[in-house]
Amino acid sequence: MNLRGAIAIFTNELLRFFRTAFGSILSPVLTTSLYLVVFGAAIGSRMDPSQFGGSTYGAFIVPGLIMLTLLSESTSNASFGIYMPRFTGAIYELLSAPVGVFETLVGFVGAAAMKSLIIAGIIMLTAMLFVDYSVAHPFYAAGYIVLVASAFALFGFILGLWADGFEKLQIVPLLILTPLTFLGGTFYSIKMLAEPWRTVAQFNPIFYLISGLRWTFMGGSDVPIGLSLACTVGFVVLCVGVIGFIFRTGWRLRE
Amino acid sequence: MDGPILELRGLSKTYKGGVRALDSVDLDIRRGEIFALLGPNGAGKTTLIGAVCGLVRPTEGTIRAFGEDVKSHWRSVRRRIGLVPQELAFDMFARVDHSVEYSRGMFGYPPNKARLEEVLRSLSLWDKREVKIRELSGGMKRRVMIAKALSHDPELLFLDEPTAGVDVELRRDMWRQIGALRDQGTTIILTTHYIEEAQEMADRVGVINKGKLLLVDDKDAIMAKLGRTEARIILGAPMSELPPALGEFPLSLEDEGRTLRYRGGDGTGKGKREIAEVLRLLVRQDIMFEEVDTRESTLEDIVVDLVDGREGGAA
Ligand SMILES: Nc1ncnc2c1ncn2[C@@H]1O[C@H](COP(=O)(O)OP(=O)(O)OP(=O)(O)O)[C@@H](O)[C@H]1O
Ligand SMILES: [Mg+2]
Repeated sequence: MNLRGAIAIFTNELLRFFRTAFGSILSPVLTTSLYLVVFGAAIGSRMDPSQFGGSTYGAFIVPGLIMLTLLSESTSNASFGIYMPRFTGAIYELLSAPVGVFETLVGFVGAAAMKSLIIAGIIMLTAMLFVDYSVAHPFYAAGYIVLVASAFALFGFILGLWADGFEKLQIVPLLILTPLTFLGGTFYSIKMLAEPWRTVAQFNPIFYLISGLRWTFMGGSDVPIGLSLACTVGFVVLCVGVIGFIFRTGWRLRE
Repeated sequence: MDGPILELRGLSKTYKGGVRALDSVDLDIRRGEIFALLGPNGAGKTTLIGAVCGLVRPTEGTIRAFGEDVKSHWRSVRRRIGLVPQELAFDMFARVDHSVEYSRGMFGYPPNKARLEEVLRSLSLWDKREVKIRELSGGMKRRVMIAKALSHDPELLFLDEPTAGVDVELRRDMWRQIGALRDQGTTIILTTHYIEEAQEMADRVGVINKGKLLLVDDKDAIMAKLGRTEARIILGAPMSELPPALGEFPLSLEDEGRTLRYRGGDGTGKGKREIAEVLRLLVRQDIMFEEVDTRESTLEDIVVDLVDGREGGAA
């Protein structure tokens, strides 16, 4: 195992992030703040707290917004991280180096997850300025956030290998991830939906992720935490399996 | 270890589109030599390098480096190999020093400031170490590629057209640096379109075309075997037939007897000596001549002949 190689990739990726840190942090922070002002403060003040387990609507959407950021940041960081060297040709170095799946995953996926964790942390702090919220299970919340960040960084890595153009890189987050996150209960409880939408919503995998994070924040949620956890872990296992297969066949990497 | 540093056996590569870029290549590279791989565009040079360095999956055949199979011992083998690809390829926004340190780390070696300085100084990049790569000139960018490949001190170095698009002065400079690497014991395999480059630096030369290795030999042996000297002697008065005293030389009369043409020698200077001898005999026999024109065939002529399917002439 080439631990130094893994660390080199990891730090190089973080270095890249800090080169453009201002922009990378500003835009998610701004978006989240807008959501909190518009939905949390303006509209939320007119909502009945009994629908949200007794807490305010603002506090209810905080885990949803964190999930929204985690998914999009992890996916785009990881997909760009591996797509760029493919695009510029710099991937030659990775392919000729004594670097295998493990090092590549620690380096690229680890760094992408780390970046989105930094941004998620900043967003949690920002949210405190707008709404009064608390975390019921801080330990589980932290673990769950790390798990989700890693899961979607893995997904982004696969996306970055699959994409053969910049459009594809952006189209999956835009057309699949963001809608599913919005429909998965970022801004509402599934109980507020009428049938058949309530049933339909349960086929959305991201619904279980949001619900899981909400449980760690509020102590209660739409689905049992065990189910949410199983979904997330299942997703991680699936992604790791796909990446392992890609490396064994050299797909999109070696001629 | 006295065996070859790199052994290719029956190496073939057929790309997905059906192009057979390598066709059963057998090749041994000796420790410490500079080996020049020559061939026209699309001959398979880059594919051969890619197969050794892990960028291309061979369809058939085996590759052994440092006595170990590169497939089963890829980790230990790759740590000792460096690659400078044909195209510029790096993160343009990174700093020169960061980019070179990144390469070293990726190959599993701890940071080493002294080595970094040594590599950057040897390539005249030290003053530019804190500059972003995109701000460098094309020749400097190319040297950054070399610095990255040298950062982990490889024993076996591949240079895919190291001097393409580089001006004459910088090219000479690179030749000096490549020579210095060889003096330190690095084995170097380079591809080039500038045959003078191979002629200047290489110990051995391989000629490849359409995926087939046509010829591998010591540069001097190739020159000796296939090299030719040509001379054209314009005579003062036409001659109807060769004087018997000149019968033993490869001479012919052309241009209705006004031109005496010599075609022979072997690339070791024998041709030039024979021409001098011919001239002496002409003077001794009072045969006047007005002009003498001589030309040594170059490695280029030899390669072009080989690639075009002509033999380099009867030896
Ligand atoms: N990725 C690829 N997919 C399909 N065919 C390829 C690929 N790479 C190279 N080839 C083909 O393989 C053959 C050999 O290409 P290669 O790049 O090895 O040649 P080369 O000797 O390096 O040429 P040049 O001097 O132009 O660099 C060519 O016919 C080329 O078109
Ligand atoms: Mg080439």
